[in-house]
Amino acid sequence: MNRRTFTRWLGRVGWRHLVALLAVAFSLFPIVFVLSAAVNPLGTLSSTDLFPTGASGNNFRRLFADTAFGRWFGNSLLIAGLASFASVFLSSLAAYAFSRMRFRGRRVGLLSLLLIQMFPQFLAIVAIFLIFSTITDLWPTIGFNTPWGLMLLYLGGALGVNTWLMKGFFDTLPRELDESATMDGASHAQVFFRIMLPLVAPILAVTGLLAFINTINEFLIANVFLTNPEAKTLAVGMYGLVAGERNNNFGIFAAGTLLTAIPTVLVFQLLSRYIVSGLTSGSVKG
Amino acid sequence: MRDTGAGGLLAKALLLGLVAAIAIWAAFPLIAAEAWVGLGILVATTAGLGYLYLGRRHVPAKYLIPGTLFLIAFQIFPVLYTASTAFTNFGDGHRGSKTEAVAAIQASSVVQVPGSIEYAMTVATVGDAATGDLVLLVVDPADGVVYAGDDSGLRELPAGDVTVTDAGKVTAADGFTLLNAGQASARSQEITDLAVPTDDGAIRSIGLSRAYEGVAVRAYDDDCDCVTDTVTGTVWTADDDAGSFVAADGDRLLQGWRVGVGLDNFTRVLTDRSISGPFLGTLVWNFAFAIGSTGGTFILGLLCALALHSDRVRGRNLYRVLLILPYAMPSFAMLLVWRDMFNTDFGLINQFFGLSVDWFGQDWSARLAVIGVQLWLGYPYMFLVATGALQAIPKELTEASSIDGANPWQAFRRVTLPLLLVALTPLLIASFAFNFNNFNAIYLTTEGGPFPADNPSVGATDLLITYTYRLAFGAAGADYGFAAAISIFIFTLVAVISAVSFRRTRQQEEVYA
Repeated sequence: MNRRTFTRWLGRVGWRHLVALLAVAFSLFPIVFVLSAAVNPLGTLSSTDLFPTGASGNNFRRLFADTAFGRWFGNSLLIAGLASFASVFLSSLAAYAFSRMRFRGRRVGLLSLLLIQMFPQFLAIVAIFLIFSTITDLWPTIGFNTPWGLMLLYLGGALGVNTWLMKGFFDTLPRELDESATMDGASHAQVFFRIMLPLVAPILAVTGLLAFINTINEFLIANVFLTNPEAKTLAVGMYGLVAGERNNNFGIFAAGTLLTAIPTVLVFQLLSRYIVSGLTSGSVKG
Repeated sequence: MRDTGAGGLLAKALLLGLVAAIAIWAAFPLIAAEAWVGLGILVATTAGLGYLYLGRRHVPAKYLIPGTLFLIAFQIFPVLYTASTAFTNFGDGHRGSKTEAVAAIQASSVVQVPGSIEYAMTVATVGDAATGDLVLLVVDPADGVVYAGDDSGLRELPAGDVTVTDAGKVTAADGFTLLNAGQASARSQEITDLAVPTDDGAIRSIGLSRAYEGVAVRAYDDDCDCVTDTVTGTVWTADDDAGSFVAADGDRLLQGWRVGVGLDNFTRVLTDRSISGPFLGTLVWNFAFAIGSTGGTFILGLLCALALHSDRVRGRNLYRVLLILPYAMPSFAMLLVWRDMFNTDFGLINQFFGLSVDWFGQDWSARLAVIGVQLWLGYPYMFLVATGALQAIPKELTEASSIDGANPWQAFRRVTLPLLLVALTPLLIASFAFNFNNFNAIYLTTEGGPFPADNPSVGATDLLITYTYRLAFGAAGADYGFAAAISIFIFTLVAVISAVSFRRTRQQEEVYA
């Protein structure tokens, strides 16, 4: 390769590799650090370097033996799985109405959805606490320390930015589709379930993933809501690990972090076919 | 045209049956508690749902109602409730009604007098031992009946529900968690403070296993609307504007009640120097943080997306997968890991670069650090959406511009970037709104610090939301009313900014079509 072609290569392709490599390094170094802490036999923060110095499954063993990690994991999966599924369903119903029907209050409804979501739910936590104190007295099954109560609370935020994303996606589908189906005698429910939902699968996947990630990471409300060790989610339980004994529990915490990432990565892999196209086509008018 | 198939009809019948079943299940406790208002709401909601889904009209409502019900119950109602507390002095010392305040004052002034009854006592909680509400289980020495007492009073427990030793120690009680000595001593201050009101005084604990019924020293008198201390003779008169009892020398009793204070909380934000001074600074930093996080992640994500937007790059997919990894990691955990990586003594950052910077100890380095962390957490998302948007731009456009003699930079500036911005503006606004209130980003890393020596209530990296959280739930005691007022400020700010931005982008969105 002579010098001129090299310069050309650098200008066309080389810089791309350089940027990508730097970005990958930036992305990976904290993750490598967590990995190295998780397999660090000593399991303390002060003895952990960027690259693993030894390898042992000790932290993972301690994680399952000394903490209720399995419990938290199950709780988190249950809550995040069901809540994201339900919220995607509720959102898609509303998005269909906003996209395909004309009714009084449609514009106001769309804008207020956006604005209401901007009031952070946790600032209302005092009110939520009082409301749920009453609910716990009346119906303990959906009160404090139950996954069902927390799920209901999360569904309060089901209609929001997600509805907007989906509506944009619905807007890109040609109207001729539902019109011809209606001509053939399909009811609005059949149009929605049989024709629209399969076509909007990409955006359902994306909003599902976003909702799943947000729910897994929700810490504040869950922290107020779940006080029983039995009922805790991953975010609440793992925060407790490093709240006090930070240095000593760091290895266990890192092991837990890696395991917590697994469901998200799996959901991501499962939906990856749709994700890139789904994320933006909703906001572009096709 | 309505011709729902048999399957549709069956699904409809099943769902409506389910709604009816849930309504019936929910009604029983309401009837038992005689909560007629709640029952009315429940009946009306169920009837409304039945009317809506059995009829053929109001099709849009059929699709909007399910989500809206949740929105009203768990978002709008709590928000309105919060907003209404902004006009009151709700907080520590002003939690309940005047009657409750009077009961608390009298109960907490109880002293043991000769002849007070002594009880054997066991400490229990409702729910979790560390956080549940405390209950004193006391055994009447005369007839051995067990009572459960909390701050609302005493109630008798059925003999079948409790197991009592001869010494009067309760060893099991249905519906209560009994505390062992360790658990009880961890909450000893609360146990000492707990006074169970009774007809002629209150029951209080002595240590962790005895209780006595004593006489209240302070008594409330209706005629003068005041509280009198029978030992010292001091008189505290009720001040209904402030919601507390005040003595002639200005001394206030700790237990007050909730009263409306009008716009006091709002004017306090603007006039109190110790608040308005830092408030402006916090507001400016809050904007800087939101813009810096959103803009930084966008630029970095876009740069990576552009770099990988070429068929000539071998290993594109591997690069993509590795880049996106931070997005898949649990953010709450990674924030805590970053906090430890910035640790001065054994943090990875200082070790790796051979520095000894006290990152979270100085204003600017702490601010830089939190934005850096947000960059790492957020740029994979921006990379994803920018990649998608780039693929949606037809190749012909950039080719045409290069035929017209534009260099790659010009083509990007004049063609690609405007098109990208059209597609991504709604996402950027949403990201801005999220970062503006990004509680975790601050609370799990710097906790708002570093704090100036003269004002421990607001730190250099505090966002309005973490500052509000500290006001509402912080160590200095709860001040919900004031926190709610600030919440309304924050909400108004973000809402106005977002509404304006959305109006400006409405020509690109089919919102008003």
